[in-house]
Amino acid sequence: MFSSLRYSVKQAFVQVFRNRAMSLASMFSITAMLLILGLFFVIMVNIGVGIEKAKTEFDSVSAYLEDTTTYEEAQTMMLQLSGMNEVNEVYYLDKDTAMAQWKAQEWQDNAYLLDGLVENPLPNSIEVKVTKLEDADRVVEVLNTFNGIKQVKYYKETVDKLVKITDSLKVGMLVIMAFLVIVSVVVVSNTVKLTVFARQKEIEIMKYVGATNWFIRGPFLAEGILIGILSAGISVGITALVYKKVIDMLSLNMSLILGSPMVSVGFMTSNLVFIFMALGVSIGAWGSIISMRRFLDT
Amino acid sequence: MIVFENVTKNYNTNVGLDNVSVKIDKGDFVFLVGPSGAGKSTFIKLILKEIDADSGSIKVNGNEITTLSNRQIPKLRRSIGIVFQDFRLLPKKTVFENVAFAMEIIHQSPRQIRRQVPMVLSLVGISSKASKYPSELSAGEQQRVAIARAIVNNPTVLIADEPTGNLDPDTAWEIMRLLEQINRRGTTIVMVTHAKDIVDRMKKRVIAIEKGRIVRDEAGEYRYHEDRIDSTKHRSTYPLTEGGTLNV
Ligand SMILES: Nc1ncnc2c1ncn2[C@@H]1O[C@H](COP(=O)(O)OP(=O)(O)O)[C@@H](O)[C@H]1O
Ligand SMILES: [Mg+2]
Repeated sequence: MFSSLRYSVKQAFVQVFRNRAMSLASMFSITAMLLILGLFFVIMVNIGVGIEKAKTEFDSVSAYLEDTTTYEEAQTMMLQLSGMNEVNEVYYLDKDTAMAQWKAQEWQDNAYLLDGLVENPLPNSIEVKVTKLEDADRVVEVLNTFNGIKQVKYYKETVDKLVKITDSLKVGMLVIMAFLVIVSVVVVSNTVKLTVFARQKEIEIMKYVGATNWFIRGPFLAEGILIGILSAGISVGITALVYKKVIDMLSLNMSLILGSPMVSVGFMTSNLVFIFMALGVSIGAWGSIISMRRFLDT
Repeated sequence: MIVFENVTKNYNTNVGLDNVSVKIDKGDFVFLVGPSGAGKSTFIKLILKEIDADSGSIKVNGNEITTLSNRQIPKLRRSIGIVFQDFRLLPKKTVFENVAFAMEIIHQSPRQIRRQVPMVLSLVGISSKASKYPSELSAGEQQRVAIARAIVNNPTVLIADEPTGNLDPDTAWEIMRLLEQINRRGTTIVMVTHAKDIVDRMKKRVIAIEKGRIVRDEAGEYRYHEDRIDSTKHRSTYPLTEGGTLNV
């Protein structure tokens, strides 16, 4: 068993080297495929992380109070709200604290510009943190039954829309990926088929001497897998490099817009290694098994 | 031991074998003769289970092979050695490697290979060419290598499909001597041939096929038969032990 594994691996290297033009061609196409896939992956992961972040950041409902609403009236409302399952936390935000937070979060170094305001334009508000963003509707319904509330503000619709868009994006990418995987399998199987043709005589003799089908497949399987692994390695390297470049650029120019850094290069790379290797190996293996099917019938 | 019972094999409209029954005992040396298209190759392919019979029973070494699953075919083939008219050696492997290849395939250890291959090469009389490539050998020498490869895993049956077809008469006789030697060690030999002189002079059993039917089955003189029984009694059942090297 062990010696046949060594035999297969050795043969694989010999074949990839002998077949180097075709091997390179298929590595090129698998690498291209993996890079596109990697791009999708990077986008999806970042969008996914962004949405999760949005969900936790926008899990609050703000109810702006009329100026005439007293603190005691607000207290009554808050008591009722905190009895709800959907509610995680309720607190009162007076207009001065709200202004201070606003200055600190949004205006930062330019906050002095707001100092000229004579009167604080912000309302007092009740801030409700919901257990799940999906439940925000229930909280809003309840809030709308109260008197003394000027406006209810929440972000569920925005997040919903985002989720819907990314869901259809995901489906689209999956379809393209599936297509690319199939193309890669065909490419590998054609490369390996060349080897199989070149070694038809050997295969025939192997069969006569009583080699098992798996033993015969061994070297070809190893060849396909080797091509897959090499392509995966190249793809991981390229993706990591490019991704790092992009992150560096973004964090230089757009840190204010994005607000938070994207998924780290290290995290992305360690995940991509697994995904690319798994895909590379399966594509290689699948391709070579297909290429051999006809030759192992009898 | 090979037993065919009422074996029929048709190819679409062509008759391969038509209700053939025949028994080849262990240690026999049998010539299979007949005109082209008679069904000789069909007979051999059925033994190797390269093709499946339409009906009938085929037993090799006591095992019914018509019902074997694909996964069991390698085991069957390991008990059968095969030699072809065109040698079918791998051109990029040396003589040694060509023979070793047959052992690698059935997962023999490098140590076993290093021990066994030289023994077989000397048995077929080609030791001195071990590191040569097939293209550097004469036809007769190439056939010896092919025979070495066929017997290196100690098969109980050796099938030879016109092994002398590409050889000049003298070389053909050398190969026949070698096959005879191998047969004397207890290996059953089934040889397809067109060479009438060889068949006549060897005086072995002759099975003649025509249009898929056995038209003649003549026992040979069994000149070596007594011999063979003797030898199998006294010799190890494994023909290739250290002391057993033969010179041809
Ligand atoms: N694969 C095949 N398809 C169709 N007919 C075949 C096939 N193989 C052999 N035959 C036919 O079967 C008959 C016996 O062939 P074969 O066993 O090869 O004869 P031999 O080896 O004695 O020349 C012939 O008529 C041949 O044409
Ligand atoms: Mg024939």
